[in-house]
Amino acid sequence: MQSAKQFTSIFGGVLVLFLVAPLIIRDTQFQHLMIMLLLFTTLSQAWNLIGGFAGQVSLGHAMFFGIGAYAAMAPLNQWGLTPWIGMAIGGLVAMVAAVIVGYPVFRLKGHYFVISTFAVAEVVRELFSNWDWVDGPIGLDAPLVEQGWRNFMFYHTKLPYHYTLLIFFAVVMFVAFRMERSRMGYYFRAIKQRPEAAQAMGVNITLFKQYAFIISAFFTAICGSMYGLYVLHIEPSTVLSLDISIKIVLIAVLGGIGSLWGPLLGATILISLQEYSRIWLGGTGRGIDLIVLGALIVIICVYEPNGIVGLIKRFSRKKRKA
Amino acid sequence: MDLTIFLQLIISGLLIGFVFSLIAVGLSLIWGVMDILNFAHGEFLMLAMFTSFFLFAQLGIDPLYSLPIVVIVLYFIGAGTYRFVIKPLLGYTVLIALLATFGLSILIRNLVLFFVGPNYRVINESILAGKTFSIGGLYFSVPQSVAALLCILVTYGIYLLLTKSKFGRALRATSLDKDTAMLMGINTNRIFEITFGIGAACVGVAGGLLVNFYAVFPEVGLNFTVLAFVIVALGGFGNNGGAFLAGILVGLVTTMGGFFIGPEYKYTLVFLLYLVVITIRPKGLFGW
Amino acid sequence: MPILEVKNLSMHFGELAALEDINLAVEKGEILGLIGPNGAGKTTFFNCITGFLNATRGDIFYKEQNITRFGPHRVCKLGICRTFQIVQSFNEMTALENVMMGAFCRHHLTGDAREKAEEILKFTGLQDKKNQLAGGLTLADQKRIELARTIATEPDVVLLDEVMAGLNPTETEEAIGLIQKVHEKGLTIIVVEHVMEVIMKISHRIAVFDSGELIVDGPPEEVVQDERVIKAYLGEEYHAES
Repeated sequence: MQSAKQFTSIFGGVLVLFLVAPLIIRDTQFQHLMIMLLLFTTLSQAWNLIGGFAGQVSLGHAMFFGIGAYAAMAPLNQWGLTPWIGMAIGGLVAMVAAVIVGYPVFRLKGHYFVISTFAVAEVVRELFSNWDWVDGPIGLDAPLVEQGWRNFMFYHTKLPYHYTLLIFFAVVMFVAFRMERSRMGYYFRAIKQRPEAAQAMGVNITLFKQYAFIISAFFTAICGSMYGLYVLHIEPSTVLSLDISIKIVLIAVLGGIGSLWGPLLGATILISLQEYSRIWLGGTGRGIDLIVLGALIVIICVYEPNGIVGLIKRFSRKKRKA
Repeated sequence: MDLTIFLQLIISGLLIGFVFSLIAVGLSLIWGVMDILNFAHGEFLMLAMFTSFFLFAQLGIDPLYSLPIVVIVLYFIGAGTYRFVIKPLLGYTVLIALLATFGLSILIRNLVLFFVGPNYRVINESILAGKTFSIGGLYFSVPQSVAALLCILVTYGIYLLLTKSKFGRALRATSLDKDTAMLMGINTNRIFEITFGIGAACVGVAGGLLVNFYAVFPEVGLNFTVLAFVIVALGGFGNNGGAFLAGILVGLVTTMGGFFIGPEYKYTLVFLLYLVVITIRPKGLFGW
Repeated sequence: MPILEVKNLSMHFGELAALEDINLAVEKGEILGLIGPNGAGKTTFFNCITGFLNATRGDIFYKEQNITRFGPHRVCKLGICRTFQIVQSFNEMTALENVMMGAFCRHHLTGDAREKAEEILKFTGLQDKKNQLAGGLTLADQKRIELARTIATEPDVVLLDEVMAGLNPTETEEAIGLIQKVHEKGLTIIVVEHVMEVIMKISHRIAVFDSGELIVDGPPEEVVQDERVIKAYLGEEYHAES
């Protein structure tokens, strides 16, 4: 585990960087990249709590992301409700969904959890695609409303999105940091390594897996809300898609599963790669970026199962020995 | 409610159920021996369907005749996947292998999408396609009936292979205790590779038959992967007989549910069934 | 009044009766030795008491409370903690963190748990290895860590499942010393062990299991004289030696 001092200095540095970067570089494409980077780092960190720390792999986080996105957008669209309330509702609904998925499966050994998350996410996508109130497969557009904080709509600047996400990113990072060195964090790691020994130490493993999942779901839903409000259009095939679920996991794996800085490292590489390949390769619409993603996952898994963090650790260990 | 319609639904549920069964048995085989969730299973199915489709469209070989070719191709795809993707990961946690096959599924799906585009393709005029026969006022689709029949036969063949052959004994020994099996002189690496090959060959059979009555498109595998996982979990892990029966059950549920509640909810129903079953019977319907 | 009492306990796996109608009581402050051939049901007995298995029939009482259907974490919270036959270290955690895992049972704050763990590490003679990863330590050290984290849960009863298996004579001596030290703290101990010299030396009383049944229960010197025990477990050789 990283020392608190080390963490604080790196954390401070990262925050300052994100604080000033969009003020210096006014290029909107770059600003967009920064926002995506913050969003996906936060998402992946939220996933990391259950998938990395507690070792319960969820391949269905898109359901929470989508729930959050719809909860912010649909009431705004239909009733003009401020998305901040929608966001809170989304967070709560996601937590309830986490209980419904987790309750039957966390008592079981083996791959039941993976299958359940994967399958439930697909079902949720189908349900939204058939739900008239949210315009089914067509999805929702943000209504033309007065811009400002009440509606969390800004038509001429990206900065409010950037700084709101930055605050949220900081909160989630801080929670993850505190959690890692709290009793809960130790319990998560114990559940991942030796569930039976953890039980013998008095850990209610079912309950703690559930905690991890609920917290993770909540943060993921908030990210979903922010995403919807930022891109202004959501539909089941994007916000509830398997692609989102995969991307979240991939970033964590690429950076290093269960490590505090893994998500940021992974997101930096993947999101830059993705955004620039989108710009350079253009909208072929034939999923070249996904081909690259798929190949990347296989290659990382086969050659460096510990991710970039593992690579750095191995490298620094070699250097110390030499 | 008209009895004929009800019987008709049961028939089509059963017919598609047998195909589900074979796909699930292929997955269950790999799962049981290696404890690996192969997320590319549905993509293997998609590859089988496309192989069959293009052999028909380009070379005019009827899907029924090209079935052996498809099966062989899929065997090598499965064995190759094991050799290049799974084998290097055997010492690591199950999660890594799971993610690797997950990555593989994205790769395969999008490669196919890139080369052939997203369109749906249908075979209308093969030996089997589009034909029906009737018994006592009930209609049977010929391609579905043939598919069901062959799937039952292949599943039975796999059952015989596992229980009666020398390979089957070695495979069962390996799945019980890999290290001991190795000490006994069983080449577990070879066993794993063959198992992966056979698992893929199962979807080869299923895919080669499905193409006669099911549209082919790059994303066709996705639903089948979800279904196959749920079926295997329903039946009980590593229990091939359970997977077979659960496949039939899921076939009935999708068909009946699709008719009575609406086709858009048929997978929702299957998943609800899965949640209810594992809540009541944590080791699946036929596990213990 | 016994601190732990088992009444008519049976555990069946399908046709196989791993435990059949066991009646056994443990007094507070006692060291009870469990012996028996492989597959006699000793580990199953531990698994039933600690809630890892649900007994088919019978009841388990701890301080007069029926704990038969309690899950493992509840049993631990109540004050019964166990070690595992095959050592189960948290490999990716340091020795200190392993012991902290036990201490968290009663101390919810990390600082408090660390303090408690440091104290236990000193007590068990592990303080100079506290920052090493458990996975990299020797078997003897890992077993010692497991005992340490068990004590760290501050139990009244500890169940030790072959904590000396695989240790060399010196390590075994140290382990015996440690168990006696733990006993001096007032803990009740149930210990499964294969090494006869060890079990004879430390136990106040010995219970002998054979094929899932409790065949003899008494002081060590009586147990070794018992015909049934000699036949079931010790064999002619040991009899001749003594």
